[in-house]
Amino acid sequence: MTALLNGLFDGISIGSVLLLAALGLAIVFGLMGVINMAHGELMMMGAYTTFVVQNIFKPLGAPWFGLYIIVALVAAFFVTAIMGLILERGVIRYLYGRPLETLLATWGVSLILQQFVRSVSWMLVIGLSLFCVLFFGTMTLLARRRNFQRIRNWVLVILLPLSTGIAWNVATWVGGIYKLPVTQPWFGAQNVDVTAPGWLRGGLKLGASQVPYTRLFILGLTIVCILGVYTFLHRSAWGLRIRAVTQNREMSACLGIPTQTVDALTFAIGSGLAGIAGCAVSFLGSVGPNTGQNYIVDTFMVVVVGGVGKLVGSIVAALAIGIANYIIGTNALGPFVASVPFLADFFAFFANASMAKVMVFALIISFLQFKPAGMFPQKGRTVDA
Amino acid sequence: MIPTPNNPELVPMLGISGLNFYYGESHILRSIDMTVAPGQMVCLIGRNGVGKTTLLRNILGLLKPRTGTMTMAGAPITRKTPDQRARMGIGYVPQGREIIPGLTVKENLILGLEARPKKKGKATIPTLVFELFPVLKTMLERMGGDLSGGQQQQLAIARALVGEPRLLVLDEPTEGIQPSIILEIEAAVRQIIETTGISVLLVEQHLHFVRQADWYYAMQKGGIVASGPTGELSNEVIQEFLAV
Repeated sequence: MTALLNGLFDGISIGSVLLLAALGLAIVFGLMGVINMAHGELMMMGAYTTFVVQNIFKPLGAPWFGLYIIVALVAAFFVTAIMGLILERGVIRYLYGRPLETLLATWGVSLILQQFVRSVSWMLVIGLSLFCVLFFGTMTLLARRRNFQRIRNWVLVILLPLSTGIAWNVATWVGGIYKLPVTQPWFGAQNVDVTAPGWLRGGLKLGASQVPYTRLFILGLTIVCILGVYTFLHRSAWGLRIRAVTQNREMSACLGIPTQTVDALTFAIGSGLAGIAGCAVSFLGSVGPNTGQNYIVDTFMVVVVGGVGKLVGSIVAALAIGIANYIIGTNALGPFVASVPFLADFFAFFANASMAKVMVFALIISFLQFKPAGMFPQKGRTVDA
Repeated sequence: MIPTPNNPELVPMLGISGLNFYYGESHILRSIDMTVAPGQMVCLIGRNGVGKTTLLRNILGLLKPRTGTMTMAGAPITRKTPDQRARMGIGYVPQGREIIPGLTVKENLILGLEARPKKKGKATIPTLVFELFPVLKTMLERMGGDLSGGQQQQLAIARALVGEPRLLVLDEPTEGIQPSIILEIEAAVRQIIETTGISVLLVEQHLHFVRQADWYYAMQKGGIVASGPTGELSNEVIQEFLAV
């Protein structure tokens, strides 16, 4: 029984990581219906932001280093929220209602972001910044002209290669002068490690087992994030606008709600939550360009099993999947079925991390055959509205 | 003087001139010219599929015309987005109600306040809507999607009213509603015009309701083919343009 209770707590702990990772997606995919394949990469950016903040705080020593996690959480939220905002304004807003195109485009963005963290250096930052200033600055200035729509295509044809050329040459020139300090990648292709602050090392003794403080921290962070998201969506004016626009965009616009602003804000919040999740998972292992890939399938699974558009569904699904994963993976049911050799062998066969995942996938597929809309489907007279 | 849409001395609440709309290469709305005078109730009639709802969606900004201009109390609105038009004073009660199902009645009404002109102080739901539709006061915490068709229609009108519109656009408000509620809705619309003085543009098939309007426009094959005071609506016109 103790083993089962330990399994239950470990399952909740794993589930809380899953839930934190899926919370942003529950908003972006669940509420907005956007299949964002770059969600994992936004988590990865949050993890790298944590790494950068940690390095900034390291020279300060104790007690300041112990507080870096607070700054990292805030920084990760805002960095990824801004990236999400750029992604929504730059790509996704043109693809609403076209899920296949959105899937492909965001998958492309995920590859770009993975390569970006491998290659990012001062030279790249200088080049990109210069390009943005030249291209978007000139476009903004020219957009004030009355005949802009007529000359827009010509402006693009001339300005795009010109800005790229100038930015590339200036960045290369700066790189040639300052050499390695400017051209060396910040992170490279190798994984980097985030060190938990002193107060998060060790664990809490619960009977025979020990629960790491980092796991408890993630559990607490997940609860805070859920309460924060719930309060924002159900107690604030912008939350009401978001719920209205996600249920009926046209009617919301006809009521005077600025739907484009709501879309951008919703996507930014979902992305910001991915950043917080990235900050949390950086304590569970090393951080690399592929960190987000490990979570993307699980997060989509949580949202679909819970019922798209239902926050409570995501919570229950994440905990259920986490607990199922742990109980199957550790063969916690083994002692209970020891008297039935066939069942004992069956559970023993699935008692490792990868086979447990296979079993969980099989269970989810079976579950979705009976309840295709997930655990908590939408209800009401006008469910399709 | 009874205001009429073709009175040149009045700045119309809604003015449409030379409006053409296409779906792809299909010419749907053809050279539409119409006006709704301040404080007037105008009815748009025509059989199913002639383009009445498409015209309303152009007025609301949900569809973009290829040519033509639209004005609201003299201000151009052709390039405005639907939310900007709503904040300029166009209230909309759509066909099928379009109540937001996952929000409570109270939340649906609060959303209506979005279009309200900016004023000092906290925006609250005006008591007028509960005087017009007392049933809503008893259902504030119910989900919009759980109301009956008639209750949803009352909520849709109330939601448009709380935004204090200058022009109320109603798209077949009696469609699929039981007769006793239709009379309530008719009475409410008349009372709204009398107490607030707003203009109403109504698309309707229910003859009794059509006769409540001051002026009518009849549509056929995407164009306006007849117009005049509703008092002069002859049986021939009714037979030709209403599905009765």
